[in-house]
This record gives sequence, structure tokens and C-alpha cells, in this order.
Amino acid sequence: MALFLAVTPFVVGAALGNAWLRVLDFALLYIMLALGLNIVVGFAGLLDLGYIAFYAVGAYTYALLASPHFGLHWPAWAILPIGALVAGIFGVLLGAPTLRLRGDYLAIVTLGFGEIIRIFMNNLNAPINITNGPKGIARIDPISIGGHSLSKSIDVFGITVPGLTLYYYLFLVLTVLIVIVGIRLQNSRIGRAWVAIREDEVAAKACGIDTRNVKLLAFAMGASFGGVAGGLFAGFQEFVSPESFGLMESIMVLCMVVLGGMGHIPGVILGGLLLAVLPEAFRHGAVPMQNWAFGKVLIDPENLRMLLFGLALILVMLYKPAGLWPEKQHRLEMRK
Amino acid sequence: MDIFLQQIVNGLTLGSIYALVALGYTMVYGILGLINFAHGEVVMVGAMVALMVMKALAASGLPAPIIFLIALFAAAIACMALGFTIERIAYRPLRNAPRLAPLITAIGVSIVLQQMAMIIWGRSYHSVPQLLPSENHEFFGAQITELQVIILIVAALTMAGLMLLVNRTRLGRAMRATAENPAIAGLMGVDANRIIAMTFLIGSALGALAGVLVSANYGIAHHHMGFILGLKAFTAAVLGGIGNLGGAMVGGVLLGLIEALGAGYIGDLTGGILGSHYQDVFAFFVLIVVLVFRPSGLMGEKVSERA
Repeated sequence: MALFLAVTPFVVGAALGNAWLRVLDFALLYIMLALGLNIVVGFAGLLDLGYIAFYAVGAYTYALLASPHFGLHWPAWAILPIGALVAGIFGVLLGAPTLRLRGDYLAIVTLGFGEIIRIFMNNLNAPINITNGPKGIARIDPISIGGHSLSKSIDVFGITVPGLTLYYYLFLVLTVLIVIVGIRLQNSRIGRAWVAIREDEVAAKACGIDTRNVKLLAFAMGASFGGVAGGLFAGFQEFVSPESFGLMESIMVLCMVVLGGMGHIPGVILGGLLLAVLPEAFRHGAVPMQNWAFGKVLIDPENLRMLLFGLALILVMLYKPAGLWPEKQHRLEMRK
Repeated sequence: MDIFLQQIVNGLTLGSIYALVALGYTMVYGILGLINFAHGEVVMVGAMVALMVMKALAASGLPAPIIFLIALFAAAIACMALGFTIERIAYRPLRNAPRLAPLITAIGVSIVLQQMAMIIWGRSYHSVPQLLPSENHEFFGAQITELQVIILIVAALTMAGLMLLVNRTRLGRAMRATAENPAIAGLMGVDANRIIAMTFLIGSALGALAGVLVSANYGIAHHHMGFILGLKAFTAAVLGGIGNLGGAMVGGVLLGLIEALGAGYIGDLTGGILGSHYQDVFAFFVLIVVLVFRPSGLMGEKVSERA
């Protein structure tokens, strides 16, 4: 498994080119996001439709502290924890007023929260220019390890390793870290408290669980994972703008969690991987396929990609309502 | 004073359209407990179909209001068929599935409809022909168009009709019974499947009306209009207390007023720091504040926590 993961970027890079290496990097970012959201939605059962806001907070934290915009150039290793912390604080800020809300009321408030964050990012260029508005922040410092910037390729034993591959390894390490934290959390006292709240909040309270703090913790943990992913995104992309953090992105991450199998970490990883990679495959395959079948391009590949994405969501849910790879225990509960 | 009155009129017009869309959300939610994410897209399809019919009939020489009515009728039929199909394909098989599954299919349907609309009608904005009288009238210093008056009257009449339907007719009683408890309603001889289908038909027809009115009001229609309209209307439904018809109407009108007044005054209130582009923040902020103090919306029933 480890060997497979280590070799993947070379195979992909050699066989399919750098564009696909990029897709792979993004897939890892999305998996991190999906794992973070899984804590909130999957474990604690709190439907969050504005999750991308925390990704945005992490990304902007990185962008502001490591770009010419304010003239600050802090190292990535200082910023990423700060980003996680700031995002976590935002998570509590969102969680605190919404503790009493249930189900779909919570969904709309989180959705509104996500929109509020995005609108502020879009407009905080006046009267004081903080976020540079819709233009976004450019020329962000790439992440560097030991003085070597990950955006440049490196020679190891005569093999040139491109920057995209270096990012792949960094993201992979962090994803594995998040998976381990996730699994440990799931099997901990807190994790069981989350599941208890998801299944029955009143009963959980009666069993002596401090539902308020435990819920807030879920929001904060989920948010800080999102914040880390956001910081990585900013360093990787070297550019952030509010456009990357729309409602559609939140929905995309939610779809990964639900499609894969809520609350089941392997399922969520599968969901993230599929939804990040397959649409790209369609996009690349759409033009040659149509040329081959009809002799011309009938449907714009971007349209086709989203169309198939929508259809896939419907079909998977119709045939596997609990997700592609659901948790066993969860599956039993849902059947009754 | 005249700005205030102007914004009140604009807000009421916008709000009554929100209310019409919000009714579609809230009716479905009341019966199925499901956020019908695709409803905004149904509204968009209504506007686009009406536009197509208007363009096709433009050369026919029929008087403008007649063309408008035919277009509205066509849009309503198309949307009802669409709503019915969506319920059959995407929601009915999942009635007993985990709660989030129908939400995801709803999102899927919404994406599919939006992409189909983009393929059929293109990416550009379409201008909608002026078929209804739209002359300006001075009214205590505010400008009111005849179109705005028509929208207000039509919306008010439609909502009154819906209230009558739900509260006074046999069908309405069956709908309320199904919303209360589908299993027991079934025992009393109510065909839940039929009632749910009827709910989707009525909601979609209201959505078609809202789509036609909103595109007539702004003079444009495009494939993306359903998204933000649906979002606002859903916010309105939650603001009023989702599942509650009166709440959707109050919430819609209130949200329209908040937005219009917010956009008009937010700059003055904050000394020019926040401009009118913060109007959406304003709407969501009010929503959050309302829900903090009344967790089930303005007119929602107080639901006790239950297992």
C-alpha cells in the first residue's frame, strides 16, 4: 500500500502528464476537506453546508502571512497551525449561536455563514484593503521545506522529481496524519459522544454527555482540518480569490462525504477520490469521445462534466442510499 | 422619506416573489421533511419556457397580455411536469432512506437541470420582452411601475387562493393530514403518494409563476437565475418557520423588505464603511439572529426535542 502510494505520482506523471499530477494533488486536498467535514456531518450528525468557509479562512490566513500583499513572509510551518487555529475559532463562532438549531435549520445557517465569509472576502478591499477583493491575492510564497521551495523540482540520485510530486508527498503525509487523527478520534470517548449525539441527542444528554461542548468541539475540529487544507491550497496554488470558495464547493465536499459513506473514513476517502478524479477524466475524455462518436463536439465538455456529475449523484443515491462504502454498524441502524 | 417608500415598494415586490418560491419549498418540507434543492431550478425552467413561448408568439399579432398569459400557462404546465418527474425519479424511491440521501439527489437534480438549461438555452442572458404595462407612476415621491402593482396583486391573490385550497378543501385537508402523520393519514384513506405528487404539482406551478414574474420584473432571464433565487426563497422559508405556509409568506415579504431597506440604508448606517454589496450579508445576518432567538423560525411551531 505504502509503496503503491509512493510510486503513484511517477506512474501518473509519466503516463498521463503533469496535468494529472495536479489533479492528484487536488484530490488529496479534497480528501482532507472531506475528512474534516466527516467529523461534523458524519460523526456528530450536524449538517454543515458552509464548510468551505473554513477552507477559505485557512487559505486567506496563509495568503496574508506569506505574500507581498502585507510584505509578510512567514514560513509555512508557522502559518499552517495558525490557520488551523483561526479556522477552529471560526468554527466555534459558527457553532456557538447555532447549538440549539436542529437539522435543516442548522443547514441554512451554515450556508448563510459560508456566504457571509465569501462576501466579506470579496468586499474587504475598502475602506482598508485586507483581502484585495475579487482580484484575490497573488504571488503567495510556495511552501518550502528545509529551504527548498516545493514549487521547484529537485534531483534525487539523478532522478528529477518535479514540484508537483513533492507537493503530492507533502499532502499525502498530512492526509495520512489526518486519517490517523480521525480514526483515533472515532474510537475515543469524544468520538463515541459524537455518535451518541448523532443518534439521539436527548439520550446522549441523559447519559451525562456535555452536548454543548462536544458539539462545539466537533465544529472546531472539523474547521481546523479545513483550515490546514486551505493553507496548503494557498501555498500550492500561490494565488487565492473568493471565487474558489463558493457554495458549490461546500456542496461538492458534502457530496464526497455522503456519496462515500458518512462517518466511515475509508468510504469518505473513496468518495473524495472519485469525485475529484472522475469529473476531470470526463473533461479530458469528452472531446475525443464526441469526435469519435459524432464526428464533432456536440456538448461543451464542461457542461458534460457537470451533467454526468449530477447524474452520478442521483444514481448512486438511488442504488446505494447509505453511500458507496458505508460503515457496517451504521448500515444496520439505518435499516430499521 | 421618498427613498424609504421607494425601497418599501421594491422590497414588497421582490418579497412577494420570494414568498411564492418559498411556498414551494415549505409545502414539500412540511410533508416530506425534505429540502427540495431543485426547486430553484424549476423556477428557472419556468422563466425560460415562458420566454421561449413569448418569442415564438411575438410575430403572431396576438395582444401582448394574451401572449403573456399563454406563456405563463405553458410555463406552469412544463414546471408541473418537471416537478412531478423529479418527485417520481429522485425522491420517491428514497422516502425511507437515510435523511441526507434525498438531499444529495436533490442537489444532483439541480445540477442536471442547470446544465441542461445551459445546453438548451446557452450561457448568455436573454432579455425578456415587455408584455405587461410598465408605466411609471408617482406615488408620494416614489416611483411605482404598473408591473410592480400587477406582481403584488397576482402574488396576493395566488397566496390567498392557496390558503383557501389548503384550509378549506378536501385536498387541503388530506395534505394537512399527510403532513401531520403520513401513516395515520393513510389509515384514514388518504393516498399519500397522490397527495405528495399534488404538492409537487402545486409547488411547481407557483414556482413557474414566480419565475415568469421575476424575469418580467428585471427584464432578463438566464440559466443561472434559479440558484440564487432558490437560496433566498429557502432562507425566507426558514426565516418564517419551514413547513408553515403563513411563515413562508411572511418570511418572503420580510426578506424582500430587509434586502431592499438594507441595500438602501446600510451605507448611511455604517458611515459608508459597508456598501450596498453587503445586502446579502444583511439578509443572512438577520436570519441567524432570528434563529438564535427563535430556533424554529418566526412562525414555526415550537417543536420539543424528541428522539
